[in-house]
Amino acid sequence: MKKYTDSGKKDTRSGFGDGLTELGKKNKDVVALCADLTGSLKMDDFKKNHPERFFQVGIAEANMIGMAAGMTIGGKIPFTGTFANFSTGRVYDQIRQSVAYSGKNVKICASHAGLTLGEDGATHQILEDIGLMKMLPGMTVINTCDYNQTKAATIAIADYEGPVYLRFGRPKVANFTPEDQNFQIGKAVQLQEGTDVTIIATGHLVWEALQAAETLNEKGIKADVINIHTIKPLDDDAILKSVKKTGCVVTAEEHNFLGGLGESVARLLSTQHPAPQEFIATQDTFGESGTPEQLMEKYGLNASAIVNAVNRVIARK
Amino acid sequence: MADYKALEDLVIQVRRDILRQVHKVNSGHPGGSLGCAEFFVALYNEIMERKDSFAMDGKDEDIFFLSNGHISPVFYSVLARSGYFPVEELNTFRLLNSRLQGHPTTHEGLPGVRIASGSLGQGISAAIGAALAKKLNNDNHIVYALCGDGELQEGQNWEAIMYAAGNSVDNLIVTVDLNGQQIDGSTDNVLPLGNVRAKFEAFGWDVLDIKEGNDLKAIIPGMQKAKERTGNGKPVCVLLHTVMGNGVDFMMHTHDWHGKAPNDEQLENALSQNPVTLGDY
Repeated sequence: MKKYTDSGKKDTRSGFGDGLTELGKKNKDVVALCADLTGSLKMDDFKKNHPERFFQVGIAEANMIGMAAGMTIGGKIPFTGTFANFSTGRVYDQIRQSVAYSGKNVKICASHAGLTLGEDGATHQILEDIGLMKMLPGMTVINTCDYNQTKAATIAIADYEGPVYLRFGRPKVANFTPEDQNFQIGKAVQLQEGTDVTIIATGHLVWEALQAAETLNEKGIKADVINIHTIKPLDDDAILKSVKKTGCVVTAEEHNFLGGLGESVARLLSTQHPAPQEFIATQDTFGESGTPEQLMEKYGLNASAIVNAVNRVIARK
Repeated sequence: MADYKALEDLVIQVRRDILRQVHKVNSGHPGGSLGCAEFFVALYNEIMERKDSFAMDGKDEDIFFLSNGHISPVFYSVLARSGYFPVEELNTFRLLNSRLQGHPTTHEGLPGVRIASGSLGQGISAAIGAALAKKLNNDNHIVYALCGDGELQEGQNWEAIMYAAGNSVDNLIVTVDLNGQQIDGSTDNVLPLGNVRAKFEAFGWDVLDIKEGNDLKAIIPGMQKAKERTGNGKPVCVLLHTVMGNGVDFMMHTHDWHGKAPNDEQLENALSQNPVTLGDY
């Protein structure tokens, strides 16, 4: 079993901010737009270093998305920054028409996604954004798992031509992926090799999946653990290869089970290789106030929930 | 000095194009299209500094965004007659597999279109973005946008209007087609717009009126004046007072023809009021 170590807890949003700082230095076409959340999105460095390429749009997300779409016409690569809720649900039609349908090279960067936003409660804890974004034709959907991966993804998406939704979060979480990783859009990352069950996780649930795999290993259950940072396009080959080997799957995400990673995996398996699946996700509900840990526990989004789901799914094989 | 006779001839031909496009497929929006025929002819022939061939980036030329995408018939006609694509392609308006979709889009690669529009209220934002990109690129050209007056009921416009003034986006000219009509009736009856000039001015825009928005001799000098007012720290708004359905007597001064095509008899009547000038497609 591979050993993964937390090099020190860091927030994924800082990975975005530091990635943007690096991009600012190396790519003069990169511009950043923010809707009054510069500090929360960790965009201060970019703003300080490149004031002429930083656009404070105020609390006006619809205009921000439209402006970003317009900037691409002049060859710019706009990165928009606000909370995930205001990056998607609030501006869905603007993204749909001005960005996705128009095929514009806009990077929609969304922090504070999911329950781990914490105390602000359900108004801000969007659990539907992956579904909203993955339904848009041509939209790439990425949900990174830690600081290093978020930084690498931020840098990588600038080189990709087309609309991207990059989802990350607020709290400090384990930082365990390599600092020098080569982030490839659409390419799953195999974290553990096993033959009894496939655990497919995205975002903050990837670390939980690794913890679950260790617990399972102690009980003699060998889990294949796959980090799906790109939910669309989905790495069909990696998933099929694993499930053909293990015969069952648990998907894990900080998102509603409707519209999320789990559904994408279910669609793939039902058409290509039917297999029992359990979903670690919120169960068609809104969130609420609480600490991130309390919320993940209450809504069943942690390592122990994954272990229980693995036991259920293996029994169904 | 503009050749007004040639431009008038073009306007009449554009009206015919609009009427024939919507009649053929029994759908589309002739009213607003007819109301803006003179504006489009003036813009593409006398006002914009534009290149003959289309490049998406619009580098080193003026560019235009149509926010009220439903008036696609006039946009398509003027784009075609400006040489961006064959005039015969107007025959495919709203047909399956056409580049001339019901509302303009980049999706099918139609030259002359830089962003999709149709869902209202999004064009000014895109135009601001393009204008800011021009500034970053040291491209000293103007970005034009057209929106409808009813369209100003969409809140996103006011986010954009606030941004452009607050950030001195002064290489931008937004024209508002003030025809006072929308689908359900007059703008006053549906949702009163109040004093549009005062609203734009209060947000910090430089506002001009073109009172005779269907008269080339008012539009061309009016838009030239608007151009002269760019580069002075404020975005420029042109209030273009038009008559919906202009040029076809039974379509004028009513919202009835906002989104309705003429039948055979009505088409014949409308075309007889606008005899062929440059030749039909």
